[in-house]
Amino acid sequence: MNTPPKLRVEHLSVQYSDGTESLRDVSLDIPPNQITVLFGPAGGGKSTLLRMLNRLNDLVPDVRVSGKIYLDGEDITRPKLNVVALRRRVGIVFAQPVALPMTIRQNLTYGLELAGQRHAGRLAEAIERSLRQAALWDEVHDRLDEPAAALSGGQQQRLCLARVLALEPEVVLLDEPTSGLDPVSTAKVEASLQEIKQNYTIVIVPHSVQQAGRIADLAAFFLQGELVEAGPGRDLFVAPRDQRTEDYVTGRFG
Amino acid sequence: MPPRERTQHLIFAALTLAAVLTVAPIVLVVGYIAWLGLPAIRWEFLSAMPREGMRAGGIWPAIVGTLYLTLGTAVVAVPLGVAAAVYLSEYAPDNAFTRAIRLAIINLAGIPSVVYGLFGLGLFVLFLRLSTSIAAGSLTLAIMTLPVIISTSEVALRAVPQSFRLVSFSLGGTRWQTIWRVVLPQALPGILTGVILGLERAAGETAPILFTAAAFFLPRLPDSALDPTMALPYHLFVISTQVPGMPIHLQYGTALVLLVFVLSMNLLATVIRSRARARRQW
Repeated sequence: MNTPPKLRVEHLSVQYSDGTESLRDVSLDIPPNQITVLFGPAGGGKSTLLRMLNRLNDLVPDVRVSGKIYLDGEDITRPKLNVVALRRRVGIVFAQPVALPMTIRQNLTYGLELAGQRHAGRLAEAIERSLRQAALWDEVHDRLDEPAAALSGGQQQRLCLARVLALEPEVVLLDEPTSGLDPVSTAKVEASLQEIKQNYTIVIVPHSVQQAGRIADLAAFFLQGELVEAGPGRDLFVAPRDQRTEDYVTGRFG
Repeated sequence: MPPRERTQHLIFAALTLAAVLTVAPIVLVVGYIAWLGLPAIRWEFLSAMPREGMRAGGIWPAIVGTLYLTLGTAVVAVPLGVAAAVYLSEYAPDNAFTRAIRLAIINLAGIPSVVYGLFGLGLFVLFLRLSTSIAAGSLTLAIMTLPVIISTSEVALRAVPQSFRLVSFSLGGTRWQTIWRVVLPQALPGILTGVILGLERAAGETAPILFTAAAFFLPRLPDSALDPTMALPYHLFVISTQVPGMPIHLQYGTALVLLVFVLSMNLLATVIRSRARARRQW
């Protein structure tokens, strides 16, 4: 790859306090403006890696981390890093859509206001842009001041995506964002990911191999904390190099 | 009737009886006090100073005094108690130090109220030279009320879903922003309920103010926080045991006013709680 990676993971190992090893010596380059898919059976360490990328693992007590992660060449594993600033650059959407107990509008402006943005025009701009990017604008633009909890599950998940996009992060992490959604909502989310990848770097843990195959520019297969192989999606799903990847992709286990 | 069904009926009857027995004393107490006290409730009784050695006139200074003491308790105990609860729920790591704090709070709740009174006398009245005053009484009541406020507030804070905090952090929220904008507003109804229940207890206590704030009789209202004050519970004690020839309906009238004061706080707490529950989005 010619362009420098947006994120570079180097020899990353993560161990939780109960002794379980979540990641073992993982190294991976994540290119900008592409969809990188982390896939594999449950317990493979995909979510752990995702939460290392914006330091949400800081909230878990007694995690042992070795190795480094670089964002645009800057070490983001160092203890003195400003994690608040990092999380504005690296946003995350969780598997369960969690609407904050506020209106739709307040959900969207929450992050910006925390960052000190008070300008009403800018906030309105961000609301419309992010809702359009998340393919939700048409459904909610005339009821922005209703409680976000009134939205359907699929709408809430797109709201969560919009809420992250409103902050204009550089990287968007998605942890099984469509696991609770119907096929129509899933298609909408996938379509908006294709749409926004020109402006963002996207790292996603898909909820199925099929989804991984559909959206991956780059795919990385994780098994029990190890990165088995990584490569362009079109190669990896057609002709995996590793037998374990092939077994998983063809549905022999998992 | 088959034996199994008969057992069923018997148990049902026993449980109903138990429920009725727990409600009966409350109804009896309130009914009895209202029956004997209502004849005393006139505008003069609520708004005038006591006269003729408290055997006539009103209980206005005792009402005002109880309001002052409750307010003073709130001013001290609410910020301190809520702050302590936020610390315990949102910041405190689980270690020996915080376990000691929790243990202290539990033990604080178990101390008899008269001991608080004695402690208040020693610390606030004598050592800090606040004399027998609203300030000393409020501080004493505040210390007594703190465990209730801290533990109910902590429960309310912990009930706010962890996922809200995670989302707030993930959107670049600091810990304090997360508490201030998400956690506290969601916990507020629960905190208020605890605060009111704590203050309600403070308003009705006699022993803690016995040595620290209460006056037997004052010819005028207190005009500063450093003045002693009359108060409903202590006034009730005085006119029931210390004044010979006291008209009985004045005693029960005073008890009724105190009861209404405390029960209306209780009602307020219930209303806040049920309204918040109806509105809650989680």
